[in-house]
Amino acid sequence: MTEPAPARSEDVPPRGGDLVRRHRLSTRIWHWTNAVALLVMLMSGLMIFNAHPRLYWGQYGANLDPAWLEIGSRGGAGYLRIGSWQVATTGWLGSWTDPMGIVRHRAFPYWATLPSSYSLADGRIWHLAFAWVLALGLLIYLVWSLVNGHLRRDIHIRPSEWRPAHIWHDIKEHARLRFPTGAAALRYNVLQKLAYASVLFLLIPLMILTGLAMSPGTDAWAPVVTEVLGGRQSARSIHFLCAWGLVAFFVVHIAMVLLAGPWNEVRSMITGKYRLPREKDA
Amino acid sequence: MSRLILSRRGLIRTGALGGGLLLSGCDKLYQQPGFRSVLADAENLHRITQRGLGGQSLAREYAPSQMSPVFRANGSTQGAGEDYKRHLASGFAGWALRVDGLVERPLDLPLTALKALPQRAQITRHDCVEGWSAIGGWQGPQLSRVLDLARVKPEAKYLVFHCADIYGGAPYYESIDMVDAHHPQTILAWAMNGRPLEEAHGAPLRLRVERHLGYKQAKFVTRIEARDTLAGVYGGKGGYWEDRSGYAWYAGI
Repeated sequence: MTEPAPARSEDVPPRGGDLVRRHRLSTRIWHWTNAVALLVMLMSGLMIFNAHPRLYWGQYGANLDPAWLEIGSRGGAGYLRIGSWQVATTGWLGSWTDPMGIVRHRAFPYWATLPSSYSLADGRIWHLAFAWVLALGLLIYLVWSLVNGHLRRDIHIRPSEWRPAHIWHDIKEHARLRFPTGAAALRYNVLQKLAYASVLFLLIPLMILTGLAMSPGTDAWAPVVTEVLGGRQSARSIHFLCAWGLVAFFVVHIAMVLLAGPWNEVRSMITGKYRLPREKDA
Repeated sequence: MSRLILSRRGLIRTGALGGGLLLSGCDKLYQQPGFRSVLADAENLHRITQRGLGGQSLAREYAPSQMSPVFRANGSTQGAGEDYKRHLASGFAGWALRVDGLVERPLDLPLTALKALPQRAQITRHDCVEGWSAIGGWQGPQLSRVLDLARVKPEAKYLVFHCADIYGGAPYYESIDMVDAHHPQTILAWAMNGRPLEEAHGAPLRLRVERHLGYKQAKFVTRIEARDTLAGVYGGKGGYWEDRSGYAWYAGI
């Protein structure tokens, strides 16, 4: 590895091939803390879901009420049902074999849950402890990013970027796997900004709010949260859907990191240093 | 292209291996008592935060039209023992609630006495730790009235609710502290949805401590014991599920 390029004067823009300062320390710390917290929250959340693998809309919902989503097993065959649509999922959902070779009739399989063997109590201990890491992490990061200008400079979508033609251009470039090079790679493009903003301002905040809405203690002093979301069981359904929204973000995020050059990208999130991709004609 | 496929294969293998290590790593880490107790200590944070922010705020109450068509009966659906069966058969005519421990005046309160106290009726949402909810109506005297009658001593910090059901081979019990004991919605319910409590819902008397999950709502209550500590009662963690599986004693979340 070569040393970072010697300091340039401010008016000379960096070029492709330069090793530049990319991510602030606050961004890097939050990124990895949040990555661990989200993984623990997802897997322990799937364990908690396994205790009652049915989802409802409204204030109440239990076994005798209609569920809009259900994972279960009938006659040993696992299934996932959403509304009136149903798919066989034996081996993956509802009915699967654990490492001991025992067939289990639980919704999500051992490799997706935390802990890996069924324990609602332990799943809750993981989930409710890491909820603090997730929520305080996001709060501190957002406040800090507001103060240091990260949000305004890097995430804020400018009016020109909102133009449909601009967004459409970015979509086409992404579809062709043509990523910005040189100095242009220093800034997030509009699709990146939309993705990051939706995680920072929509998905994780909604996870936290729907989580709080499910707590009977919090519901007593802040009932408005549960009401706005349409009731406790609606909150539980939205919690579940947002979790998969975050999984979808994760899948695209990892795909983009791999396509853009995993070593350079991961290094930039650890050390903060990023080598600008070379211009195509260089 | 072949490089891409190779790296993709390698990637999947690395991912699977990493995932497996992560899983067993998390499970191993959790088996360390120190690590587990740090995570479980978040319970104190929940209690302090919710009480700090919420004080003695009331749980939401619903209109009769919002009630669950069927209120699911969970856990024990039958009381245990000959005494219980006899009381059930006689409509709990000779039954009495024992109130003792750290009280000035131990009591045996028959159902008629509990019904003669000022009553509170509330339609509330019952949230099971598993994730389901049911809305039902409850009626009975506020627990604080009963505590006043028994004149609870100042050194009492907890109330232990002894129950007449045996679940999974062990007697059910629960406990709350004095903050929840004096909450206006904490009642000893002898009626549910306008009728005397059915056996499946814990006849003749069930604790309703709103703002807590379902496992705190002890059914088949026969005795309330005021204590200064939870140590020495059954498994010592303050409740059946707390002892058995490590569920949080503070069940507001």
